[in-house]
Amino acid sequence: MDTAAVEVVDLVKRYGTTTAVSGLTFSARRGAVTALLGPNGAGKTSTIEICEGFRRADGGRVRVLGLDPVADAGALKPRVGVMPQSGGVPTGARAGEWLRLMASFHARPVDPGLLLERLGLTSAARTPFRRLSGGQQQRLSLACAVVGRPELVFLDEPTAGLDPQARMATWDLVSALRAAGVAVILTTHHMEEAERLSDHVVIIDRGAVVAEGTPAELTGSRREVCFSTAAPVDADALLSTLPPGSRVGSARAAGDRHEYVIGTEDPEQLGPEFLATVTAWCASTGVLAEDLRVRRRTLEDVFLELTGRELRES
Amino acid sequence: MTEHTSSTTAAAVRPEPGDAALFTPAPGAAPMWRMVAAQAGMELRVMLRNGEQFLLTMVIPVLLLVGFSLTSVLDVGTEGARVDALTPGVLALAIMSTSFTGLAIGTGFERRYGVLKRLGATPLSRFGLLAAKTLAVLCVQAVQLVLLCAVALALGWSPQATPAGVLAAVALVLLATAAFSSLGLLMAGTLRAEATLAGANLVYVLMLGLGGVLFPVSAFPGPMEQAVSVLPVTALGSGLRSVLAEGSLPGLGAFAVLAAWTLVCGLLAARLFRWE
Repeated sequence: MDTAAVEVVDLVKRYGTTTAVSGLTFSARRGAVTALLGPNGAGKTSTIEICEGFRRADGGRVRVLGLDPVADAGALKPRVGVMPQSGGVPTGARAGEWLRLMASFHARPVDPGLLLERLGLTSAARTPFRRLSGGQQQRLSLACAVVGRPELVFLDEPTAGLDPQARMATWDLVSALRAAGVAVILTTHHMEEAERLSDHVVIIDRGAVVAEGTPAELTGSRREVCFSTAAPVDADALLSTLPPGSRVGSARAAGDRHEYVIGTEDPEQLGPEFLATVTAWCASTGVLAEDLRVRRRTLEDVFLELTGRELRES
Repeated sequence: MTEHTSSTTAAAVRPEPGDAALFTPAPGAAPMWRMVAAQAGMELRVMLRNGEQFLLTMVIPVLLLVGFSLTSVLDVGTEGARVDALTPGVLALAIMSTSFTGLAIGTGFERRYGVLKRLGATPLSRFGLLAAKTLAVLCVQAVQLVLLCAVALALGWSPQATPAGVLAAVALVLLATAAFSSLGLLMAGTLRAEATLAGANLVYVLMLGLGGVLFPVSAFPGPMEQAVSVLPVTALGSGLRSVLAEGSLPGLGAFAVLAAWTLVCGLLAARLFRWE
């Protein structure tokens, strides 16, 4: 039981001349939630479908529960739950009967009725799949992935297109799986989702891992001072009053407002005195800094920094 | 809203009590027979619930049988009761509508909507899925045969069958089901769903017109008769006609034609079928 839930080493996947995954390496622990985070087209789905045994790798090594996803598919299928990005259910099948069918493929399934209730689908149990809303289809697909009491589940964008209530229900379910000792691998491009749910985040861009760690490790102790103004301020003048290594980013926001983000090279520097320096400069130049706050860095900030699509520096 | 947004981890989202027990891993596949029975039941329900398929498999054969038995707009090529001449061909058409047209269209769209791929991730094996589809097709065909025979008998049908003939007819129907299913799965597994839909309906109409369903192919000129006699529906129809209208055994030719279709399409489907 000390093998990883999923171990991917130097994975390569090409479609014709396009390389979707280029030398991707990560591992996912058992009983933990691992998020593959990245923009659309980063290679998340290709990676997950190779782990599920749907696609063959062009290079590298993949082990799922210590086994080969293609050669040992027969042994893995009862142990692994899968939620595809969309579809997977005949349009004429009713939600309840399809979940019961999936349950009947397993030796000791979760009671389908309980699962429907847990995901708010009881009233839709007799509705054909094509008449379910997008969110209901997603939740049914999630239910199908977990009904067989698997050791490991792959959830490909489980909350894409969900309303806030449905997203909360999905998050609750993922947390319950984790509490029960199920390993969860999910893909998402929602930073908040990754930050909130995962024990381990793997940030993927252009088919390779750009960073990984716990959400806390990735966001570190970095903070920023943010404020917005109605009229532009002299960012260079502000910068000249701050300690060396500081930077001031500016951007135009909605309603013709100007937003400023001030950070430091050394996280220790951004303390109470730093904040006082900023507000003192504002006071001396007659700038009213609205929405002023000290913000902890989010995964989104980390992601934008890593992939080079950050706010324009001034 | 929580006050510790960026430090909130999974542990902070409290699961409902009892959930841990609910989802505690206990993996395992169900016995094969249970998986196949459950899947066959699902296939059957989806098939019978689909309006267009019901029209194709039940309504059209019954209408053809009733319509052409009671009117004389069509020359069915016999001096005897019209229903006696029509029934074997209509039975053949009904078999084809389920094991070829219905199966091809249904499977084509399952492939398109990722159902086959999704089932591929469950403990149900491909063999199990094929067995389930076969069971469902045979069940629908049994319902069709009972319904059509009842309608034909009500119209005054007097079949000539001998016990040996009936056994031969059942064997012929099973072989034809294999031939039609192989052809249907070959189309469903290689063409786009829309192309399968159009193609399967076109083949249905062509076989209805050319395959000796409503009148014996002997009504065609010589070369044409030769050409259509290798169609699976013609082989099935003429075989059933030998048994039910003439009281004899079906010719070996009918078995040979159906076996050849099964072999060729089955091998091609096994090689070329794409699951997504």
